[in-house]
Amino acid sequence: MIHFVLLISRQGKVRLTKWYSPYSQKERSKVIRELSGIVINRGPKLCNFVEWKGLKVVYRRYAGLYFCMCIDEDDNELEGLDIIHHYVEILDRYFGSVCELDLIFNFHKAYYILDEIVIAGELQESSKRTVIRLMSAHDSLVEMAKEQASSISNMIAQVTK
Amino acid sequence: MALSSMRGLSVFISDVRNCPNKEQERLRVDKELGNIRTRFKNEKGLTPYEKKKYVWKMLYIYMLGYDVDFGHMEAVSLISAPKYPEKQVGYIVTSCLLNENHDFLRLAINTVRNDIIGRNETFQCLALTMVGNIGGREFAESLAADVQKLLISSSYRPLVRKKAALCLLRLYRKNPDVVNIDGWADRMAQLLDERDLGVLTSSMSLLVALVSNNHEAYWSCLPKCVRVLERLARNQDIPQEYTYYGIPSPWLQVKTMRALQYFPTIEDPNTRRSLFEVLQRILMGTDVVKNVNKNNAAHAVLFEALALVMHLDAEKEMMSQCVALLGKFISVREPNIRYLGLENMTRMLMVAEVQDIIKRHQAQIITSLKDPDISIRRRALDLLYGMCDVSNAKDIVEELLQYLSTADFAMREELSLKAAILAEKFAPDLSWYVDVILQLIDKAGDFVSDDIWFRVVQFVTNNEDLQPYAAAKAREYLDKPAIHETMVKVSSYLLGEFSHLLARRPGSSPKEIFNIIHEKLPTVSTSTIPILLSTYAKILMHTQPPDPELQNQIWAIFNKYESCIDAEIQQRAVEYFALSRKGAALMDILAEMPKFPERQSALIKKAEDAEIDTAEQSAIKLRAQQQTSNALVVTDQCYANGPSPIVPAVGPLTLVKVPSMSGSEEHTAVDQALTQSNGTLTKVDSQPPSDLLGDLLGPLAIEGPPGAAVQSEHSAVTEVEGAPSAVDVAAIVPVGEQTNSVQPIGNINERFNALCLKDSGVLYEDPYIQIGIKAEWQAQHGRLVLFLGNKNTSPLDSVQALILPPAHLKMELSLVPEIIPPRAQVQCPLEVLNLHPSRDVAVLDFSYKFGTNMVNVKLRLPAVLNKFLQPMPVSAEEFFPQWRSLSGPPLKLQEVVRGVRPLPLEEMANLFNSFRLMICPGLDPNPNNLVASATFYSESTRAMLCLIRIETDPADRTQLRMTVASGDPALTFELKEFIKEQLVSIPTAPRGPTTAPPAPPVVQPTSPAMALTDPGAMLAGLL
Repeated sequence: MIHFVLLISRQGKVRLTKWYSPYSQKERSKVIRELSGIVINRGPKLCNFVEWKGLKVVYRRYAGLYFCMCIDEDDNELEGLDIIHHYVEILDRYFGSVCELDLIFNFHKAYYILDEIVIAGELQESSKRTVIRLMSAHDSLVEMAKEQASSISNMIAQVTK
Repeated sequence: MALSSMRGLSVFISDVRNCPNKEQERLRVDKELGNIRTRFKNEKGLTPYEKKKYVWKMLYIYMLGYDVDFGHMEAVSLISAPKYPEKQVGYIVTSCLLNENHDFLRLAINTVRNDIIGRNETFQCLALTMVGNIGGREFAESLAADVQKLLISSSYRPLVRKKAALCLLRLYRKNPDVVNIDGWADRMAQLLDERDLGVLTSSMSLLVALVSNNHEAYWSCLPKCVRVLERLARNQDIPQEYTYYGIPSPWLQVKTMRALQYFPTIEDPNTRRSLFEVLQRILMGTDVVKNVNKNNAAHAVLFEALALVMHLDAEKEMMSQCVALLGKFISVREPNIRYLGLENMTRMLMVAEVQDIIKRHQAQIITSLKDPDISIRRRALDLLYGMCDVSNAKDIVEELLQYLSTADFAMREELSLKAAILAEKFAPDLSWYVDVILQLIDKAGDFVSDDIWFRVVQFVTNNEDLQPYAAAKAREYLDKPAIHETMVKVSSYLLGEFSHLLARRPGSSPKEIFNIIHEKLPTVSTSTIPILLSTYAKILMHTQPPDPELQNQIWAIFNKYESCIDAEIQQRAVEYFALSRKGAALMDILAEMPKFPERQSALIKKAEDAEIDTAEQSAIKLRAQQQTSNALVVTDQCYANGPSPIVPAVGPLTLVKVPSMSGSEEHTAVDQALTQSNGTLTKVDSQPPSDLLGDLLGPLAIEGPPGAAVQSEHSAVTEVEGAPSAVDVAAIVPVGEQTNSVQPIGNINERFNALCLKDSGVLYEDPYIQIGIKAEWQAQHGRLVLFLGNKNTSPLDSVQALILPPAHLKMELSLVPEIIPPRAQVQCPLEVLNLHPSRDVAVLDFSYKFGTNMVNVKLRLPAVLNKFLQPMPVSAEEFFPQWRSLSGPPLKLQEVVRGVRPLPLEEMANLFNSFRLMICPGLDPNPNNLVASATFYSESTRAMLCLIRIETDPADRTQLRMTVASGDPALTFELKEFIKEQLVSIPTAPRGPTTAPPAPPVVQPTSPAMALTDPGAMLAGLL
């Protein structure tokens, strides 16, 4: 299973963290510190796997951003790498040629999308189209709620409350 | 583009990004945190939109690495918001900020459940996602049934069902009982017929988890898995959106093949044939291509197929095909493929018939040892280690030694340990072994643990032919200008013992040897000086005729250290000085060390232990355990200590019988099988202590033939002399009786008996250590925590705790640190799982060293039958039909017990209650009788009701008639025997029956009298 997912920039800034195994606050910071050091300092032409404390970290760099995923030692490493790329492709399709700034200002969207792809540390959906479809459904639900909130009747209700 | 619609959030993120330095950033973040805190304080004025915004800001700040220790409540409270946008934020932020152990989550269980069983599909999805990501045990207990319904009902859309499958997987991991319902396996099989690939992928993950624990229940899923795989491999009926770089869902293919690896075999020839066809197609049809993503996906499938082929014991031809593929992979340019090629080749070593084919790739693997990527180097090292045997040991070990000088620090320790183990296991001759270890110390002394040089000394001492060679080698190394301290230790030890064998060689006169060793003395630490002093004493003894000049020189050194602050050095100096004046008697006292008893190498044992520790229930590792070790430990030696005590390695499953439990003659079939495979029972305990330190450093001080006059001078001597004989008789030493010089405080048996009745207390105590226990029991699971408290101001070292579980308990002890610091207490959790009813008792084999005292105790652990009982009140309407339906043996057993310790009826009732057997008054009309009931939990019986009736004779309280009934014959028997034991020899619990509180309704009353013996208080006092 996936124990956690980390997105770290080349400068070591954290862009997203998602924990599927129970790590305490302290452990989380420690893991991030240790791993970002290891992953960022690896050269470009090396393999995408790092053995780490009896687990394995599968990572891949996209521009200045490292997508890391910690899996069990005997899990299929390439399967993990495929999940990372699958996630990146969906982000790309959703944001339209995604860049780091998209993920910084819309970090909550990155979380929504991840939740549609992985649950309980396992892959949930391998169809990009399905995920994108669900995301636009979410977005329109939020839009609808916003419109409702700003509609006149609602405003009156707010005032008279 | 869906940019953030929350302006405040965007502004804040920009602000943080524009901070020129970390300090500014912290100021900005602190300001924002202050702002959020005040806004949350007067929550009244907060609109849902604002609340949402602040919660997002909190998450962002948290991600930046700042402590966010408030506002969790607000995040959780958003979950119960009525509108989607707020609810969604509540769910997502909660599952990012909190983990399953967080108390606030409990508050949300009800809302979450309402969302799951409610009609709103989007709410269901949100709730399932959160529970799937951070749900804990409590969620498992209260939500599993609802989640199951969602998964198997076809009235819900795939989008809900796939989430339900993974949510259930999470809950199953937290509590495996959630799938213990009738017909679950069939439901699971039906799920595999699912057309929607999203649901099927999630369900397959669930299946993998289920079969990894228990494949037996899921045989019906096997052919379905094969069918899924065929469908994917042939690309039949796979929607375009589920192909990934032209490959039909590689993830589902991998998961399906993973599930298949948990079934031991595939018996049905048709299924097997179809599967092999698919596998063959995968093996043949995968090439390394340009597109890296396509490559990754195709090889993910290929490597899983390789693992499955290996697991299925394919024909040799197919296996060789796999090795050929892997051989190709380890030399390709693509580093991922190289890495995986090496990793899978290591796994392939399990297959005996291809080992020779793998050896053909040795040169390429050695090249990989120099790969620029440390991940790949590690794999290469592992593979070389695994493929090493007598035929290639020399090459491989020499390669490792050569690599050692250039290897990065991160790998040196592992590298030197592996080289040492291989040299020992496969040495073609012993002088080569000595060479290797000395080179190892020379090149990487910092990474050579004491175990390694102790082992060399042991080999040399036990092999006369080797002694002159080893001494000469040691002498050579001393000529080098700067040598590692470990080299000083080992060479001075060897020269002290054996330098007289070199006497005629140039540069090896006693005086020269002394001088060259003494040159090193100013450079070494206090732990080495005692070894040097021993060497001097030995040189002195070997110098015949005595050389007065050398004698004076050495005496001067002894004199100098007589006032040394280090007790060990001081004692040796004083004793050697006195001894060396005894003239001829010195020859006897300082004679050569006797041979060491043969034993399993501490190194190899360490390596094996480490492997067992990490062994999880993976298909590959399960397989690995079935393989027999091909280790060839060098054992061609003669023994000074009587006939060769070769002891079979004691596996972790060794059966231990505790003598004090009488009448447990019948073993289950499993027990018998174990006994046979492990040799006779009595050998179990005859394993000599694996700690070499006790042997080596202890006797270094003084060594003489048994019965020498000095024996009484030094307490260590008696202990040392006692050691070999203690080893010989250890097999029949009953548990609880030790030959240690350290006496326990308090009665071990009494402590054990008391702990059988309560859940926390002291298990063992002596002047140095206190072992406390705290236990929690829930159904068939137990969690014990051992509290190891060091009572001294100096550390306890070589601490070892080994659990010897009886066949019916599965026990897992977490890592016990080797050293307990002064006045410190360490906690070691121990997980217990009761498999079936039995009265056998688990034993903790505990040892530690304090100063020169090696203490080893074997303690019974209070994971006894009654801990798995739960008091259960039954009414007359429930009792009598049950009682009648369980008619006669073997479900209902009756026995007249004589020799009972007379007890008033009320106290007997108390006793029963304290064993969690609940007395049910009023069921039996006869006031002299007792009726009790309880539920017993184990894996085999599940929850099972037990009923007991005791008929006493008011005229003769020493006898009674007992009837025990339950739905399981073994349980009935074991429970009956258990109660009998308790009644016949009632344990003398610390609180006498007279002070027992009257009829406690549930177990574990905490009477004030117990406060004094409360381990918490006592242990707290230590800290």
